[in-house]
Amino acid sequence: MLDGRSMIRRRAGLRLWLSAGWLGLLLCLALAAPWIAPKDPLAQDLFLGRMPPFWQAGAEPGYLLGTDSLGRDVLSRIIHGARLALLVAVVAGAATCVIGACLGLMAGFLRGWADLVISRMIDIWMAFPPVLFSILLIAVLGPGLWSIIIAIVVIDWTRFARVIRAEAMSQGAMDYVASAHVAGRGRLGTMLREILPNVLPTIVVLLTLEMGIAVIVEAILSFVNLSISSDDPTWGGMIAEGRSSIHQAWWVLVFPLITLFLTVLSFSQLGEGLKDRFDPVLR
Amino acid sequence: MSFLSVRNLTLRLKNGPRLLRRVSLDVAPGEVRGLVGESGAGKSMIGKAILGILPGAVEIAEGEIWLDGTDLLSLPPTERRRRIGATAALIPQDPLTALNPSHRIGPQITDRLVHILGWSRTDATARALDLLAEVHIPDPERVMRNYPHELSGGMRQRILIASAFAAEPKLIVADEPTTALDVTVQKQILRLIAGMQARHQTALLFVTHDLGVVSKVCQRLTVLYSGMVVEDASVTDFFAAPRHAYSAALLAATPKYTDPAAGLLPVPETVTASVRAEVEAFDRAMDSAINERGLADG
Amino acid sequence: MQILRILLMRLTTTAITLLGVAIIVFFVIRVVPGNPVAMMLPPGATEDDIARLNALYGLDKSLVAQFGIWLSGVVQGDFGTSITSRQPVLGLVLGRLPATLELSIMALVIACLLGGAAALTGTRYRGTRTEAAIDVADGVALSVPDFLWGLVLILLFGVLVPIFHISGRVTPSLDLPFTTNFYLFESLLRLRLDLWADIVSHMFMPALALAIPLAAIIGQLLKQSLKETMNLDYVTLARTKGYGETRVILREALRNAALPTLTLVGVQFTFLIGGTVIIERLFSYEGLGNMAIDAVINRDLPLIQGIVILFAVIFTAVNLAVDLLYAVLNPRLRHA
Repeated sequence: MLDGRSMIRRRAGLRLWLSAGWLGLLLCLALAAPWIAPKDPLAQDLFLGRMPPFWQAGAEPGYLLGTDSLGRDVLSRIIHGARLALLVAVVAGAATCVIGACLGLMAGFLRGWADLVISRMIDIWMAFPPVLFSILLIAVLGPGLWSIIIAIVVIDWTRFARVIRAEAMSQGAMDYVASAHVAGRGRLGTMLREILPNVLPTIVVLLTLEMGIAVIVEAILSFVNLSISSDDPTWGGMIAEGRSSIHQAWWVLVFPLITLFLTVLSFSQLGEGLKDRFDPVLR
Repeated sequence: MSFLSVRNLTLRLKNGPRLLRRVSLDVAPGEVRGLVGESGAGKSMIGKAILGILPGAVEIAEGEIWLDGTDLLSLPPTERRRRIGATAALIPQDPLTALNPSHRIGPQITDRLVHILGWSRTDATARALDLLAEVHIPDPERVMRNYPHELSGGMRQRILIASAFAAEPKLIVADEPTTALDVTVQKQILRLIAGMQARHQTALLFVTHDLGVVSKVCQRLTVLYSGMVVEDASVTDFFAAPRHAYSAALLAATPKYTDPAAGLLPVPETVTASVRAEVEAFDRAMDSAINERGLADG
Repeated sequence: MQILRILLMRLTTTAITLLGVAIIVFFVIRVVPGNPVAMMLPPGATEDDIARLNALYGLDKSLVAQFGIWLSGVVQGDFGTSITSRQPVLGLVLGRLPATLELSIMALVIACLLGGAAALTGTRYRGTRTEAAIDVADGVALSVPDFLWGLVLILLFGVLVPIFHISGRVTPSLDLPFTTNFYLFESLLRLRLDLWADIVSHMFMPALALAIPLAAIIGQLLKQSLKETMNLDYVTLARTKGYGETRVILREALRNAALPTLTLVGVQFTFLIGGTVIIERLFSYEGLGNMAIDAVINRDLPLIQGIVILFAVIFTAVNLAVDLLYAVLNPRLRHA
């Protein structure tokens, strides 16, 4: 028994470090993009269109991962695309987290009419297809960075609210909350000082998962050309271009796809790894 | 010639303590043997080992289990399971959890006849109806179509008894079959098992912690303490004069229906301490034997 | 009796949910800058024309009154007219619905088969390397959304080993004798296996992309539940009856273990249907989702409204169906 548990922990630790490592690398690339990207991500050169990556015959020196149909450097666009992806992940993730967790805490701890309204809203939200809802919101708000962030917050707050509500309810039923009441602490004080710290691990896990979702939503929106202006490098936009020229230039699709795949996988594995870390049974 | 013969069976938790220590016992054809001990003595483990349903964490360290002339432990797993299914059966402890909630009663009795023994559906159903009548279930045809949750605990235990006898097994292991039932139902079920056993002439291994039950049902008995056999005797001899100090103390601790005023005597500390010393000596001897063998092999 | 009561309760909450959906869809779309009616008229229309059309559509009334008009139309099946195609929205939407339904159901079937197989194999070989490998595969499949699986599948089976079609619903040059839009079912009913094979070859990739995350969820939940069930007394008793381990898992444990998985699969199935929007786009599959994205790009508001409402109806219907199925499959509820 003990052996199995330590093996699970070691494997969990490994995946925690691998995913954190990839995300850290990505963050460095995004921050240093203007200085380390080998080419200007917007520079077009129609004579250098669809050049293959460096190990293939006919590759152009200096363009490591090849070029797209307009002759733009794929590697530089991936590096610059990381900026938008991570920006959306952090800002939209954090905003969703704060709003969703607050509503969830209110519903789960205060109960009463707050719970009634919030739960009913969650039910209604569950009846919307999220991708369609986000596209609809972007159509209403108009494309742009802020529209993407608002759309993610509006759609995904229920992810936090649902889970935190349930957690707050079960925590609220415990004796330590009752004793805080006896000690004369107010409801708001109890919620912030007693309940919040206990649901914090869950919030952190959900936040990590939400950042991965935000990255995907941004990619999907730029894939359907509703993100920011179509010239700016985005992973989703690159994937859309790669999809349409897949039989002529596979690398335009493959490299941004691998980057996106690893990023989404890392956020999710980081979240799962943290969940195991926080789980008192495994600790 | 005994029908079931367990030889030197030693069980242990994987990388953990021993649960049974070289237990041997025999059951002759048509004989009823009681298997008695406190909870944790390992009496249920013997039944589970015979039927091949030990929990995953328990391993057989040594021993043989001869059933109808074959050492079960020498057979490959699939063959062993078939052999057990064809010659032995279990009456489980808790009737409330031992029937599959999503199947009707009928198939739960007849399926093994059809799938393991190759009977026709009609024959199997007829047999099941006979057996349900034999265990005094009113309106067997309706009960065959019921789901378990529609029946009482006593009814379900009767069904499990009928099911155990369905394939005419030569050996039945009854694992505390009355413990989970109401006191009033207990007696009926006990009488039912005894009657069925007598009519079908099945060998029966009756696992219980209740010496009173043993005196009513069994011909021979084995007393276990901490995974060791402390006494193996005929019931008449045992109740007349138990040989081992622990058995005597256990007998004294059993309430007597004839003389409730006598009260309950706990098993004295001195007795349990002496048995525990025996167990520890056994473990030491086993461990040093294993170490020596390990050294010889290495 | 109990089923009836559950049904009534669920119908009430469903109605409330759908009303909420209608309110949100209506007001979100009315926030859109720009007058939707102005977009319906040819360039050069006078202010007077716009005012007349506004009156015709009730746009000169208060928002609440407009909502009332719109909702009563929706309830009677009048979702308005598409701005781009000038056809009734209901007809357009219902024409595309079969394509999306077929895709979703095929994906669900694939997910159940894959997930069930993973769970059963994991249970049969519990504690071995096989189980560990299945766990890792489940974890990765679950972490990555259908959109990315779709792209991976396009690369693997559309480009690297091109054995499946990666765009469209059917090869355009084929002559279709169909009267309904349920191509998959109708080709089978008409015994046109050549067409059926072509349609399946088009649908398989998008359906698999949708199915992979759901298969992983089913695999994990079902295995967890199977493992718990395998320790129950009636399963142990079945082992003494001589059945093989595989039969014990399939016949004794599976049905009881599947019950708790079922409700969760229901919720997950709605997520799968939601995923069709982007997957249809990715595979140029002519279903509702693809139409929705076109409608958004063309700012065809009545069409968007119609599609969103239809999706919401499907979602709530699926949840309702799962609850009822649960009640029917659980013998304790059925006979209580």
